[in-house]
Amino acid sequence: MRLARGLRAWSVERQALLLWAAPLFFLLIFFFWPLGAIFRVGLVEGASQLGLEQVARVWRPFAFTLYQAFLSTLLTLLVGLPAAYLFARYEFPGKRVLRVLTSIPFILPTVVVAASFNALLGPRGLLNVGLMELLGLGEPPIRLLNSLGAILLAHVFYNTTIVIRMVGGAWSGLDPRLVQAAQVLGASRWRAFREVTLPLLLPSILASALLVFLFDFTSFGVVLLLGGPRYATLEVEIYIQALHMLNLPMAGLLSLVQLLCTLVLTVVYSRASGGIVVPVAPRGEAANTRRPTGRVERLITWILVLGLLLLLVSPLAALALRSVTRLDAARGERGEVQYGLTTQYYQELFINRRQSLFYVPPIEAARNSLVYAGVTLAISLSLGFLAAYALLRPARINRWLDPLFMLPLGTSAVTLGLGFILVFNRPPLDVRSFPLLIPIAHSLVALPFVVRSLQPALGSIPNQLRQAAAVLGASPLRVWREIDLPIIARAALGSAIFAFTISLGEFGATTFLARPEYPTLPVAIFRFLSQPGALNYGQALAMATILMLVTSAGILLIERLELPGGSL
Amino acid sequence: MKLRNLITVLLLFGLLLTACGGTGSQVTPTLPETSPEPTQSQPTTPPETTSPTDSGEGSPSAVQLSVMTHDSFLASEQVIAEFERQNNARVTIVPAGDTGAALNQAILSKNSPRADVFYGVDNTFLSRALEADIFDAYASPMVDQIPEEFKLDPQNRAIPVDYGDVCINYDRAYFTENSLAVPQSLEDLVKPEYKNLLVVENPATSSPGLAFLLATIVHFGPDGYLDYWQQLTENGVVAAADWETAYYTNFSASSGRGPQPMVVSYGSSPAAEVYFATQPPEQAPTASIIGKDTCFRQVEFVGILKGTQERALAEKFVDFMLSVPFQEDMPLQMFVFPVNPQAKLPDVFLENVQIPPEPARMPADEIAKNREAWIQAWTETVLR
Repeated sequence: MRLARGLRAWSVERQALLLWAAPLFFLLIFFFWPLGAIFRVGLVEGASQLGLEQVARVWRPFAFTLYQAFLSTLLTLLVGLPAAYLFARYEFPGKRVLRVLTSIPFILPTVVVAASFNALLGPRGLLNVGLMELLGLGEPPIRLLNSLGAILLAHVFYNTTIVIRMVGGAWSGLDPRLVQAAQVLGASRWRAFREVTLPLLLPSILASALLVFLFDFTSFGVVLLLGGPRYATLEVEIYIQALHMLNLPMAGLLSLVQLLCTLVLTVVYSRASGGIVVPVAPRGEAANTRRPTGRVERLITWILVLGLLLLLVSPLAALALRSVTRLDAARGERGEVQYGLTTQYYQELFINRRQSLFYVPPIEAARNSLVYAGVTLAISLSLGFLAAYALLRPARINRWLDPLFMLPLGTSAVTLGLGFILVFNRPPLDVRSFPLLIPIAHSLVALPFVVRSLQPALGSIPNQLRQAAAVLGASPLRVWREIDLPIIARAALGSAIFAFTISLGEFGATTFLARPEYPTLPVAIFRFLSQPGALNYGQALAMATILMLVTSAGILLIERLELPGGSL
Repeated sequence: MKLRNLITVLLLFGLLLTACGGTGSQVTPTLPETSPEPTQSQPTTPPETTSPTDSGEGSPSAVQLSVMTHDSFLASEQVIAEFERQNNARVTIVPAGDTGAALNQAILSKNSPRADVFYGVDNTFLSRALEADIFDAYASPMVDQIPEEFKLDPQNRAIPVDYGDVCINYDRAYFTENSLAVPQSLEDLVKPEYKNLLVVENPATSSPGLAFLLATIVHFGPDGYLDYWQQLTENGVVAAADWETAYYTNFSASSGRGPQPMVVSYGSSPAAEVYFATQPPEQAPTASIIGKDTCFRQVEFVGILKGTQERALAEKFVDFMLSVPFQEDMPLQMFVFPVNPQAKLPDVFLENVQIPPEPARMPADEIAKNREAWIQAWTETVLR
């Protein structure tokens, strides 16, 4: 409350509303307005075209969407929670690099992930070929592609980083003396975990579970490309109806179902997580991590590290390896495939061989991607801080506003993209000339992450700390700088990384708001993959490898920022 | 409260990151430091030399022209620059997603059009574009040169620019090695020797997938095609979501080295495989099956968008797209065929592409009318 000392006369509601003003305005203009417009065209004006038979067709994708999202979230938590524990509690060689690598899947275009899964797990992938040789089998033993298993695996691959970053961040700030105290008082390890650690971590676990669920719920590329045509989520159906059948009413109906579902989920989440934030002064991470001691701890650490390498890093490595491998069959005599290392694909990236109008120099694509990501980071962090502070107020409007900010995550990118086209058609807000629309669209997706990471951290600050500082004569800004900032620095960095990576990997909005003069790395990858030929394929993978390197460099840079509160 | 300070700090933070990002991109390992010489000669060396960018850009009074199109649009810089120079114009290309996405945007923004010209609606979407009434008619003088078979809109609202055939490509090496005869017709594909050898795309999510489905409907009729697909399914046909996956993940002759030696792709794909090979092969690794109705002919159209302020320039651009320089540029950029019979095909096309003598065709309005029902029925038969 000291933050708002100058506004003491204001009621809590008005304080909250004031903090909400900017984020709310942003959401109204860039989310509700375009969405409303597309619903009007699709559902109000086109309602007559919707027959009962069509409405009945919503059920199958709806049920499948919920089913796969539920399973995926469960599996992601199963992998992510132990990994979060690993990063929060132990020091081991290569920890920083491993943590960055676990974030990379998040940004990879699905087409590329499909290619790397195929290179590893496909019928002619490394694993199958190896097993066939080893066991003398005639048929590939692993048939994972085009199955529910592939969808689940890919969702875990993509989203584990959310759990690692959110829960791991909270866990590493947790004071281990609390658990020690419980154990001294006679609690077993399990009981100390259940009654001390778990309740304190619950807000972050719930928040990350919700975000993972929403991501899986609106999953599009993974389901389409790895699940194959047999599986369709609501988002896939929306894409088919809107862009292949040009049936906007049906697409609108499906989007509405998706949106309502998201709303129900987030409201339930808000209710469930309300009041479970326990303020406990966090400690710097350095105080909480240590090298594993004893055989059991070391074994656990190794198993976890190995598991993460296998699950999250090996597909990335396969991709990078493939981008420097030549695979020319000696034509006519198969079996004589000439493997060899080559930098040719990378060299080709720098040549505009066809004098093409849309040639994208890789440096330029990387720069465009980074600029968009930087702007996304600035927008979502500024708005996210305001929203997170507003949520701290015990105001009633929070109950209504909080879930609203989660909605963009559960909204169809296709629908929103078409909405943008519909409303932003005259200056200054013109899709053709207003370059900020892309980072704004990215910010809509990043904002929930920022808010959900900051809010538990802010909530954990005991108010006595701020009051003590104020009593000792600190100005409100100084209180913020010396109390709030050090404590939330880790959460702020975590959310900055989310905003950054969301923007780097996002492709959906970019296709709609495409500005040909500023192509991004994912756009360039798709350009290569849209035509046949070994050079195109090689260049796409080379570009994807560059995307991975740029992202890693960016994340490392953000993590190295010197913020009060110490290094991460 | 010093909210403003908070915001300032955050904005500075953001700016700092943007700046750091800027330097970050220079750290990116970009392998070749030397100006990269092509390591080996391409079988067909693309255009002579570039005229440096002396386009209409420099001239202050240049007229702006926006061309909305799909993401697959490509053209040579100097061809467009020549148009800009001759007409004192500045051409902006607006790629707007795949064909369906781009058309949708043109329809949704028809009250305040985002562009002056729209290129890329094909015969499977043509009726939707005409129904939505987004084009103004234009009887280009160039239209007379175009063969009648491509002119699907007698009112010249949509004017044909290029065509291509969706065909089954096969992996030559696979068939030679296994001493297997290449199938010659749609009927052959259901024979047991071709079990599990074909990958197609889902017509609901892929335009070549839809084209191949239409070919089977032309051949077997609206009453017979489902039986055929039933047999194909029993013979182990694999369905992929999109062309990229089918070609690069499933097809055995592409760089992905997938399991199926036959894929629904384009008639021009073998030429692209040669053109984009890492080492020039003597022969294309793939070829098309060009039996009766095994290919479906796609025609792409251009039109002047209603409401344009630059009607005169838009007309010039349409004429230009039909003229020989642009028509001869298209094959190696977009791997499609020119509709202008005077345009010459590049050698890599002449050597590696077979043009089907009897491609399947279907009237645009018939496609528009039945598209959804056919796709739905296909989904029930093949996927469920």
